[in-house]
Amino acid sequence: MQMMNMDPIAAPKSELAVEHEPPHERHSHRAPKLSASTPEQTLGEIHAADAAIVSRTVSVYYGTKRALYDVSLDIGRNEVIALIGPSGCGKSTYLRCLNRMNDTIEGCRVTGDIFIDDQNIRAPDLDVVQLRARVGMVFQKPNPFPKSIYDNVAYGPRIHGLVRTKSETDELVERSLTRAGLFDEVKDRLLAPGTGLSGGQQQRLCIARAIAVEPEVILMDEPCSALDPIATAKVEQLIDDLRANYTIAIVTHSMQQAARVSQRTAYFHLGRLVEVGPTREIFKNPVHQLTVDYITGRFG
Amino acid sequence: MSSAGRPGRSASALEPRARSPHRSAAAGARLRRRQRTERVFRAAGQLAIAIGLGFVIVLFGSIVYQGKDAFTQTHLRLDIHFDPSALGVGASATDAELAQADYPALVRNALAARFPDVSDRKDRRDLASLVSTGAPFELADMLASDRSLLGQTRSLWLTADDDVDMFVKGKIRRETPAAERRLNDRKIAWIDALTSDQRVERQFNAQLFESGDSREPELAGLWGAVMGSVYTLLTTLLLSFPLGVATAVYLEEFAPKSRWMDIVEVNINNLAAVPSIVFGLLGLAVFINFFDLPRSSPLVASLVLTLMTLPTVIIASRAALRSVPSSIRQAALGMGASKFQTVLHHVLPLSMPGMLTGTIVGMAHALGETAPLLMIGMVAFLVDIPGGLMEPATVLPVQIYLWADSPEKAFAERTSAAIIVLLVFLIAMNSMAVILRQRFERRW
Repeated sequence: MQMMNMDPIAAPKSELAVEHEPPHERHSHRAPKLSASTPEQTLGEIHAADAAIVSRTVSVYYGTKRALYDVSLDIGRNEVIALIGPSGCGKSTYLRCLNRMNDTIEGCRVTGDIFIDDQNIRAPDLDVVQLRARVGMVFQKPNPFPKSIYDNVAYGPRIHGLVRTKSETDELVERSLTRAGLFDEVKDRLLAPGTGLSGGQQQRLCIARAIAVEPEVILMDEPCSALDPIATAKVEQLIDDLRANYTIAIVTHSMQQAARVSQRTAYFHLGRLVEVGPTREIFKNPVHQLTVDYITGRFG
Repeated sequence: MSSAGRPGRSASALEPRARSPHRSAAAGARLRRRQRTERVFRAAGQLAIAIGLGFVIVLFGSIVYQGKDAFTQTHLRLDIHFDPSALGVGASATDAELAQADYPALVRNALAARFPDVSDRKDRRDLASLVSTGAPFELADMLASDRSLLGQTRSLWLTADDDVDMFVKGKIRRETPAAERRLNDRKIAWIDALTSDQRVERQFNAQLFESGDSREPELAGLWGAVMGSVYTLLTTLLLSFPLGVATAVYLEEFAPKSRWMDIVEVNINNLAAVPSIVFGLLGLAVFINFFDLPRSSPLVASLVLTLMTLPTVIIASRAALRSVPSSIRQAALGMGASKFQTVLHHVLPLSMPGMLTGTIVGMAHALGETAPLLMIGMVAFLVDIPGGLMEPATVLPVQIYLWADSPEKAFAERTSAAIIVLLVFLIAMNSMAVILRQRFERRW
């Protein structure tokens, strides 16, 4: 288990290769601290070498109120990117755009383009159901179905037709629970209701449920905010293990958590993407004044 | 009190409060007033419950008190000789001949054997009227099922006439002047003679639960009304539950939120408050006159009652659907379940307790409905037990209404007995609603 490290600067170095952009597009990382107003352009490197998700000028409106302003961001394959920022800055809204969960909200309008593996998921004829099977989501409060643990994990594969026989289902359930680090704890009571587990176990069950449908991307919306420190540590370890097979975007309020689990970090403020870059750089040498203020704890 | 005890303090410093405002004398008075108000409020609540309970006890008590006698019926034991010559048939008579034979003669002969000195024609008629007019049919049924009885004598318990029954139960009193009594002195003397012979007994009134309606109270039964109610209720349930649940699911989950939907919601809520007799008029105009469906049939009754209970089912189902937490829906949608799958696999099972409760309460309401069913013709006097949905039938509350209208004294207690049967059904249905709800909730 990774030691809980409170020093954001000592986070593991990112292994992500930053694409070498032409000089005129590159922003200076050693520029002096700018003014506190949100910039029109995001600072830092929004592009990624092998991008699993590409978003360009994504804006979200709740009725007439605008929640996101032209967010452009790449999320690289098999990397963990942390979305941080003060409350109400739009990070969860942006996250929900990636699997079109904003469609379920009345009066919510999304503009811009989002490409997942070169397929524009904002196309009106896209099958949202299939998208959500490819892009899974774990929510802030653990919400297992009021069914057995087995049925919780097996539900997704069943409705997507990933399994045909009982033995296939058994195997998939066991594999998903093992990958989520939960199998040893529940293997004797797979038929017990999922709601009878502890908070941390429920969240890991939700993660197992999400990976059972074999997604490419996992979106996590503050997955540890309702958990105690030990359960949090287990989930963070799990995120690190999952990185080998999945691309993960995690929204978090905790900068320490962002520093622990992610390779890239994106800082949002009042609906704009202010700065993005390797986690170590963001926490060690933030460029924008707003980023500096947030990192050092002056607000948020 | 504050600055006096602290000399040397600068005037600009905050003066410390010596006593909290919550511990002053005025606060004490406020506390006592508040506690007194709470005591009064609690007492008022208990009084309200006591009054309500009192009314229920009085209501139930009076009905049970009035109706309990109807569950017993006076029977007379007579020695019946199945004499072929009295019946007017030969020893080897056919079943058809036996069915047409003169069974009242057997009763008359038995009574005459016991009271041989009765000679006057009027007296003989009075003597024969001690026994119910249905008794000869009981004898016919006995002989039809057992041919060997022909020629034999048996001591049998036969149903007494309702006047005799009322006298034995004390509802007709011998102290009343003879002109105001339905039983003259001679009949009372005969009853006394039979009683001293131990030939008069109050037995369980099986007719009440086995026969259909009758003009004779001692032969009148609820079975026709019960079957009519069963047919009507079952069909109403089969029609209103799927329709109501489907409508609620559509309105709550799939319909786009617009002004048109608001109008629909207002209309459904208003329909729940429409007087039920209006639905009866609608049934008469549309189902009977326009569609030519058989009048007074359980089919038309269930159609009318479906219309009446549909708003209740829809409103209860919508409330149940709304109570499912959105986190379940989000979890299902996030996993790639379609809207339909989310509703079918997750939302519906979780909202089933509320839907079932609403439906059963609606059914209990429909069971007790009289006015709309009167409109579609169920007020007719029907003797036969209904065999299907298209045959004329009546329902329990209508039967109660008809019996309440009847002049015979014996129908008064039978009306109360029918009310008891109806109440037992209602309590059973509401208990089932509670049990079903608990069972579904425990499983999740």
